[in-house]
Parts: sequence; structure tokens; C-alpha cells
Amino acid sequence: MPQVFHPSTNTFSRVSILTLVVLLLAAAWIVGAVNRSPYVTHAGVVRVQPVPFSHKHHVGALGIDCRYCHVSVEDSASAGIPPTKTCMNCHSQIFADSPMLEPVRESFRTDRSIEWTRVHDLPDFTYFDHSIHVRKGVGCVTCHGRVDDMPLTWRESTLHMDWCLDCHRNPGPHLRPVSRVFDMTWEPPPDHAAHAEDLVRDRGIEKRTDCWTCHR
Amino acid sequence: MTPREDGFEPGIDASPWDDEPSRRRFLKLMGASIALAGMSGCTRQPLEKIVPYVRAPEDLVPGKPLFFASSRVLGGTALGVLVESHMGRPTKIEGNPEHPSSLGSTDALAQASILDLYDPDRSQVVTQAGQIATWPALLGALSAALAEENASRGAGIRILTETITSPSLAARIRALLAKYPEARWHSWEPFARESAAAGARMAHGEPLNTVYRLDRADVILALDSDFLHAGAGSVRYARDFASRRRPGAEGRGMNRLYSIESAYTLTGAAADHRLAVRASEMDACALRLASELDVAAVRGRAGPSLGPERDRWMRALAGDLRRAGANGLVVAGDDAPAAVHALAHAINGALGAAGGTMYLTDPLEAGAADRAGSLGALLEDVDAGKVRLLVILGGNPVYSAPERLDFASRIAKVKVRVHLSLHADETSRLCHWHIPEAHWLESWGDARAHDGTISMIQPLIAPLYNGRSAHEVISAMLGEPARTTHDVVRAHWTGGAPAAKDGKPSAGAEEAWLRSVHDGFVAGSALPPREARLREALEIPVPQEPRDSGAIEVVFRPDPSTWDGRFANNAWLQELPRPFTKITWDGAALMAPATAAALGLEAGDVARIAHEGRSIEAPVWILPGQAQGSITVHRGQGRTLAGRVGNGVGFRVSPILPAGPGSHITGVEVTRTGARHEFAATQLHHDIAGGHARERGIVREGTLDDFRKSPESIADRGHAPPADLTLYPAWKNEGHAWGMSIDLGSCTGCNACMVACQAENNIPVVGKEEVARGREMHWIRVDTYFTGAPEADSVAHQPVPCMHCETAPCEVVCPVNATVHGPEGLNEMVYNRCVGTRYCSNNCPYKVRRFNFFRYADLETPSLRLLHNPDVTVRTRGVMEKCTYCVQRISAARIQAKKDGRRIRDGEVTTACEAACPSRAIVFGDLNDPASRVSRMKASPLDYGLLEELNTRPRTTYLARVRNPNPEIRGA
Repeated sequence: MPQVFHPSTNTFSRVSILTLVVLLLAAAWIVGAVNRSPYVTHAGVVRVQPVPFSHKHHVGALGIDCRYCHVSVEDSASAGIPPTKTCMNCHSQIFADSPMLEPVRESFRTDRSIEWTRVHDLPDFTYFDHSIHVRKGVGCVTCHGRVDDMPLTWRESTLHMDWCLDCHRNPGPHLRPVSRVFDMTWEPPPDHAAHAEDLVRDRGIEKRTDCWTCHR
Repeated sequence: MTPREDGFEPGIDASPWDDEPSRRRFLKLMGASIALAGMSGCTRQPLEKIVPYVRAPEDLVPGKPLFFASSRVLGGTALGVLVESHMGRPTKIEGNPEHPSSLGSTDALAQASILDLYDPDRSQVVTQAGQIATWPALLGALSAALAEENASRGAGIRILTETITSPSLAARIRALLAKYPEARWHSWEPFARESAAAGARMAHGEPLNTVYRLDRADVILALDSDFLHAGAGSVRYARDFASRRRPGAEGRGMNRLYSIESAYTLTGAAADHRLAVRASEMDACALRLASELDVAAVRGRAGPSLGPERDRWMRALAGDLRRAGANGLVVAGDDAPAAVHALAHAINGALGAAGGTMYLTDPLEAGAADRAGSLGALLEDVDAGKVRLLVILGGNPVYSAPERLDFASRIAKVKVRVHLSLHADETSRLCHWHIPEAHWLESWGDARAHDGTISMIQPLIAPLYNGRSAHEVISAMLGEPARTTHDVVRAHWTGGAPAAKDGKPSAGAEEAWLRSVHDGFVAGSALPPREARLREALEIPVPQEPRDSGAIEVVFRPDPSTWDGRFANNAWLQELPRPFTKITWDGAALMAPATAAALGLEAGDVARIAHEGRSIEAPVWILPGQAQGSITVHRGQGRTLAGRVGNGVGFRVSPILPAGPGSHITGVEVTRTGARHEFAATQLHHDIAGGHARERGIVREGTLDDFRKSPESIADRGHAPPADLTLYPAWKNEGHAWGMSIDLGSCTGCNACMVACQAENNIPVVGKEEVARGREMHWIRVDTYFTGAPEADSVAHQPVPCMHCETAPCEVVCPVNATVHGPEGLNEMVYNRCVGTRYCSNNCPYKVRRFNFFRYADLETPSLRLLHNPDVTVRTRGVMEKCTYCVQRISAARIQAKKDGRRIRDGEVTTACEAACPSRAIVFGDLNDPASRVSRMKASPLDYGLLEELNTRPRTTYLARVRNPNPEIRGA
């Protein structure tokens, strides 16, 4: 019986198999890359808001404390988005006629809320609590980035689960003095890494990585 | 409609292909599925909006619930509650621990009333003759009708209310009657406790209210009474009763409960001795007992013999009561005839119970003296043409009144009929005007609790559907339509009314009012005990001869879920398995096996029950423990205009209801119609013992004597595997180790835990067809086990949540690690990992896992979205779920404790089931803390685990039930 395939098909099939493997790997890499890209994570994407509110101006230039607006950050899961009244505390006096602030004044006049677009949005099956993180010394900057440098606000981190877990597995390096939690400019001292485990112990921080810590 | 073999409803295409798949087609489909599955993971998260307040309310912290005190009113009696509110929307009812009547427990009906608030079928607009109208148009019509009555001083005006204990509402109605002196006020309530009032009048000459002190009673007799489950004060009675059911506890020792009843009630199931007696023999029974006790008021009247065995039973009971003396107590049931109540008063008087185990107070009902009789009197006036304006404030008499009264057609003579109700129901349809009523969570008000404590009602949310309260209608009739309910109630309690001095409340009164609203009750307002003299001789129409016991009787009882029909559109309650029968979404004619056999009926047969020319058709359910020849049916089903949930569920009993007082009829004819009925009963679902509950030690019971001799013998843990017999490494729970203990001796099987869990954990309902397939979603179920002979058996209830096994069989079989063990011993279920293999539920020996075969959760109906607990994920199709030990509450407590720099205190975390339990049978806590309540319970010699021999090491364990039978009664 004669050979069915010419010997050159050996090469052909080797190349095909290799190409297939490469293609599959490439496809997997592309899926991974897309998943980590700002297209999916929204990280670094500036949101258009009804009022072009600038954290850079309010926090960076004026030095208003985070808690002036996000009042419940120390007490509750939610940090809280300020009611229109908080804006009007100042803006009934300052820039009271600015056309940029008309949506704020309109909201105050008509008693209808300003509808902001969410920047940080966890999936609905994930439960995060601001108050305990703040109490244990995780700075605002650690997750939200330098908002004092954001003219319009964007999401600094991916909010992916591995990003959460990086810190939950090894919280020490991400901790700071509790008094500096709201400080935008705090930099860890050079020997911070050496004391990281002490901070974890002293503050009674459990490295909680079980599912029900966040999902329930 | 028969279920298809594949278990899907007809019309649903459960199979992905029509013919047998070829290899080619299979590969094609697989390829497509993999591609689609991969793609669906790439969905981008949609953008969401944040809508903050314009002006934030004070005290409101976003993300933290607030609790407000209020009161649920049923049958006129208030139950003090705390309502959890998330960002302005009420989501959960909890008990009010400071309320002196309830002490912080709730019942299943109260737990479910949060769903009533959001019911999308509630009426939403004023209607005139079925057409949309407006409130001002109604005000115009009302004042025109009232103007016509001015000349006759209101002779044509009739007000029909439910039972009212509200002092403020009664005062307003009195004001209306003062303005129109010839007007009349009637009331109609299907379960109005009228026979209790009549019985008190027979015994004491006044319709006094009786309050029981079960914590003081050593020997208790329930005469046709379900005081542990239904009626005024039942949650308090369950708590007090259970406080004396814990052997080995400090205090006055165990009580002993006897029950004489026609059908199984939860009280009868909790009793140490139970005698099944037909409802029509109850008065003879009571008389027999009175004569055994030589009660002076009936001296010389022995009552007919009940047969030698029952007579012996009664003598033993009488002896026990006599020994208990002032610590004895007889409780007559709300539905028992007046004569039974009168005899109970006489016996309690003879025992010297008054002031000890019970006391009398003035009636709870407000303005009883101002009312002119009940429905019958009203209808006589209607027939006489005297009634021209009928205002019905709540209630649904067209549905609930006995058909013999012919309420529906007789009221057609009334010129103007106005009906205020939550739903546009059967009565609304026959009225010219219908007004949507404000739910109690939307309205101000007040009412009396079982001991008379004045309980405040405050709104948690503005009326969702422009509902109005009875107060607003009365104010409109008084010509003050601008007065809000808040104005009226506040004025009443700050002294502005009824006796206003300078029109302004004093500062002290204002402070007291605010305090009452904050607390949910007026401090110290319980009605004081009354001295009352028993009549020398009771005039009781009790026959001296035994009644014809061959006749079949029908006993009418409130439906455990829909009550008098008012909760018929509540899907949580419809799907709640009824105690004993475990029937969902249905009603049934309950009868004993022997009765059914004598009548030639089998379970599922449809029977025609005829009485005096009227008949109903009802499917038969055979229930051991029913009295011979006694059939029990429940009122509250068979609604036609309840809404999408309740329409056509079960059957209506009003055709054969007696027109007069009394809750049973005798001499009915029962015939088979030949039709069959399919029930959706959960009794055989999730069976964990294969029918061998006692042999496998699922339920363990013993007597107090056994306990005294050898406490360990009852729980009998001989089969528990030794601690080191496991291949798994032991879990080290270094922080907390959560566990639960359920006391079977205290559990009454009232289902409050099931509804509480459903409300807390966003558990969906699935409907009758899905329940029939065993797909109900309850995370905690109450199993019922019957033992003994069919006619004289005993019943045990067992709540079964997830056991949170330390060596959990579910965890090892999950291919995707969607169920894992947590560091505090919780068996964690991760919805976002679950792919729905259901291996875990197959491997769970306790059958506590529930699978979302379809997307049962309602995510579309706007009002129902408000209902969800924001702290718990709403599950979607294809996901397994189960009891989490209310991990959201553990998390909240842990975060609070960490912020305060301390450990979680014992009692700080209460699961929803524990918080609701009236008898405090469920205790949750930290096993690492030896002083915690749960650790102390688990240290009891009565502690045992379910199916321990499987070495699952359950964290939820049970305390064996200890009964306290009378050695003089055989078969105890």
C-alpha cells in the first residue's frame, strides 16, 4: 500500500499544531488584556458629570477635608455623596452666579437631586465597608489615588478582586498612621516596610480573605 | 394539569432539541455554548447613577439602617414592633424588646406584613362605581350625603368598622356620633373574640378582658385554645410558656399543659396531654371538669359522661389542677363557645387563679358601649330602609360575612356606600366609592396591646398609593378634611382632644407624646387588673345528655397564613407551609383517618359539604389527631378579588358559616364529588430520615422523669463519632466560632422564623406548581413529625436551617469551590462562583440547599424592588443558595466591634430567625465564648446533632424535647 501522505506533511502538521497553540495563547492573552484594559475596568476613564466638579480645586487648592462632603466615611459602609445643600453652603456666596453651577442651584431650587455618574462601582454581589478600612489606617489615596490632582474624577484602580486581595493578603505596606488617612500627600517613611507587620498586629487587623468577607 | 415527566410546566420548552441529537449537532451546540459562555464573561459593567439628597435628613447615615417603633394591629390588638428602614424604605419588621406586651417577639403574620406594604396589587386610586375618581370628588359626595342627614340628626348614617381598640379613633367616631346623634356605629370582624366577651358577661356580668400570666402557671389547660399561636398576646404567651419548659433551669420548674381541642393546634402539639374532642362537645367537657372540681357556680350539674376513658382523663386533669390551686389556669380559646368561656372563668375563680396566673381588665375594645351591635343589627336597619349612607372602614364583609346573612345583596338598598380598604376587593366592588387605605407602615395611629398597653403607630414611608386612613375619612365626615391623621392622633395624646384646655399642648404633654412615639408605646398604660365578682350560679345552656356523636361537625378556624382572608394576596404567607399539613397555596377540609374512612373519602378527594341547603366543595386532607367526626376548614381562602396572588387560591367557606355566633356547625352531609385535587404540600420534601425519624434519632424526646433519672439518656448520643475520627484536619476558629442551638422543647412550630428569614434574606417565592416539584426556596424549614396511633399521637416540630457542618459534605463535591469553609466555622456559599451543578445539594444529608431553577426573584416590579434587603445579594437563575447564619448581621457586628476595639458581645448578633422566635427556641452565638448563651445551651445534657453518625459535626444542634406528663394518665 502506497503512502497516503507525502513526507512534507509532517512539517505542515507540526507548523499547524504550533500555530494553533500560539493562536490559543494569543487569544487567552488578548482576553486577559482586554479584561484588564480601561475599556473594561473603567480605570483612568474620566466621567462626564452634570457639573464639572474638580477635586483638584476643592481638595488640592482649597484643602477641604474629605469628610466635609463624604460625611459618613468613618461611620458607614458608604462614604456618602454630599447633598446639594453641602454645595450650597459655600456656593450661595461664592460663584453664586456661575453658569457652571446652574445645575446645583436648579437642584436646590426645585428640590430635585443632581444625578452624578458613578465612578467607583463594585459589582452588586460585593460588599465593601469604608468605615472599617478608614479606621484601620487605609488612606483614601491608597484606593482612590491622588484625587487632589484630578480636575475631573476617574477611577484610579481596577477594583478587580485580585487588587482587593493583594492588600487583604498583605495589608501592612498599605497602612498609614490613622491620623494621616485623609492626608493626600503622606508618603511612607523609608523604614515603613520594616514596621508593616507591627502595624497589622497592633491594630488587630485580620487578614480576611474568606469569601463571605465581601460576598454574601 | 399533570406535571410533565421532565418536571417543567407545559408550554415551557425544557429540552434544547426536538429530536435525538446527532453527533454533528451535539458538537455544533457545544461549540456555540463554549463561545457564548466565554463571551458572556466579557460583559462590561454598565454605568450607574448616584442620586444624593438635596437636603439630607438629620440622623440618616447612608448605608446604615434606622429603626422606628410602631405597631402592627390585627383583630384590634397591637403588636409592638421595630421597623428597619434603609434610606427611607422599610425592609424588615423586628420585635420591639421594650414593648411591655410583646417583649420583642413577632409572629409570622407580622413578619410578612412588610410585603403587604409593597404589594403591587394594592388599590391606588379613589374610584366611583369602578371608575377612577378623586379624593375631592369623594369629599363632595360625602358632604352632600351628610347634608341630607342633617335634618334627621344623622338617622341614615351607619359606620361599619373592624374591631377598634384605638383610643384616638374611637374618640373621633364618638365625636361624629355626637354631631349626628341618630347615626350608628357597627363593627364586623370575622374573629372578634365575641364569645370571650359573652362568656365574661355570663360569668361576671361584664365583657371583661382576660390576661394570662403563663410564667406563673404550673398546670395549664387549653380549652379549644391556640394561645401559643393565634390571637391577642400569643407571642407573649409563647414566651412565658416556653420559659417554664426548660428542665434543669432555675426557677419554678416545668409547667404541665393539657389541651382539649377538636383539631390540632400548635398549642395542642405543645401539650403534655391532649384530648381530641369535638367542638360541639367542648361545653360539656368544660362542665364536666367544673363539676369534677366542685365549682360552686355549677354545683349539682355534672354534665354528660364522655365515656369511661375520657372521664378518667378528666379526673386526672382535675386532680392536677386542684393540686396546683392558684397556680393552675384554664385558658378558653377565642373561638370556643361563650359557655366554655364562662366555665373557664368559674374554674379559674374556684382555683383562685385570679391575680396570679390570670387577671381581668376592662375590655380592650374602645367604645364598645357606643356600638350598636354587629352586622345582623346593621342589616336589619338596611332592610327597614333606615340606612342611606354606609361608610365601611376596613374589613371585607362581602367576602368574610356568612353567606346566610346575604350581606352582598342586602346592602344594595343603601343609597351611598363608601369602602376604605387596602385592596379594591369584593366589598369595594359593591360600593359606590372605594378609597385606597394607607398601610399601617404609612400611617399614624394607636391601638391597645393584649394587656391594654397603648401602642403607637408611626409611618415609615409616605403613602405609596395615596392611601388614606380611617382617621382621614372620619375627619372628612366631621367637616375637617384638612386635619391629617398625625394632627388628630397627636392632639389626642397631647391633651388637645378630647378635652382641650387652651388648644395648645403643654410642654410636658408634648414631651410625653414624643417619648411615646419614640418608644412605640405609652409607658404604664397597661390596663390595671379589675376586681370582678363571679356570679353565684351560671346560667349555661349545656345539655345533660350526650349529643349525637354520630353527626359530622364542621369547625371554622382562621387560616394560619391568610387569617380571615386579608393576607390572601401575600405570597410569602401563601407559600408558607401551614402547620401540620404543610400545605401551601391551598385550603383543605381536615379530618381524622377514621372519619375519612367512614365517609368513604381519601386524601385529595373533593368532598361536598352540605348544611341546611347550602354547600361548599373542599378537597380532603387527612390529619391524625382530629376529633372523630369533626372536620376543620379554614376561613380566608377562595378570594375572588384579592389580587394576582390570592385570587382563586383554596375554597371559600362562607356559604355554610353559621349566621349567628359560634364557630362550628353540626349535622353536615359530606359526599364525594368524584373530582380529585392536587395539593402542593411540603411534608415529604427534603426528607432526611427516609421515614425513620424516630429510629434515626432525628427528633429526640423524653419525660421529666427520664431527665431526673438520667439527663443524658434522652439525647442518647451513643452514636456520635469520637472527636478524633476524621481524615480532615480540624478547623481552628481562633476568633469566633459561630453556632446555633435550637430547643425543641420550646419550639411551637409557629413558622415566624421562616418568614423572618424570607424577609431578611431576599428569598423569593416560586408558586404552587414549583412547590409541588419540591422547589420551594425557604432557607429554614419547620419539619413536623407525627408518631403513635393515628388517633392519639404526638407531634414534634423541628426547624431545620443549614447545619454549617465542620466537615461539610457539600464543600468537597463542589467542582468550582463555590461553597467553602470560613475561618469562623461558617459554611460559605459564593453565588458568583456557582455554576449550578447541584452536587452540593445532592450531597447534603440535611437537604437545606435551595436551587434557583428559574429566575424566581422579581427584579422588575418597581414596588417589590424597594422591599429588598440591600445587605444581601438577590440571587439569579442557576445559583445554589442556603442559610448563611445571617452573615450580613455578623459582618455588621464585627465591623462595629472592631471600630470600638472589642470583641463581639454575646447577643450582639441575632439571626433573623432567632430575633423573630416568640418562644426563644433559637439561640445563636459564639462557641469560643464559654459564657455565651449558645455555649451554655450546648453544654446541656439534652444537646444532640442531627445525623451525627455521619460525622458531619454540625454547628447547629438541638436540645431534645422534654415533656412533663401526668403519671396518672396512661400512655403518657
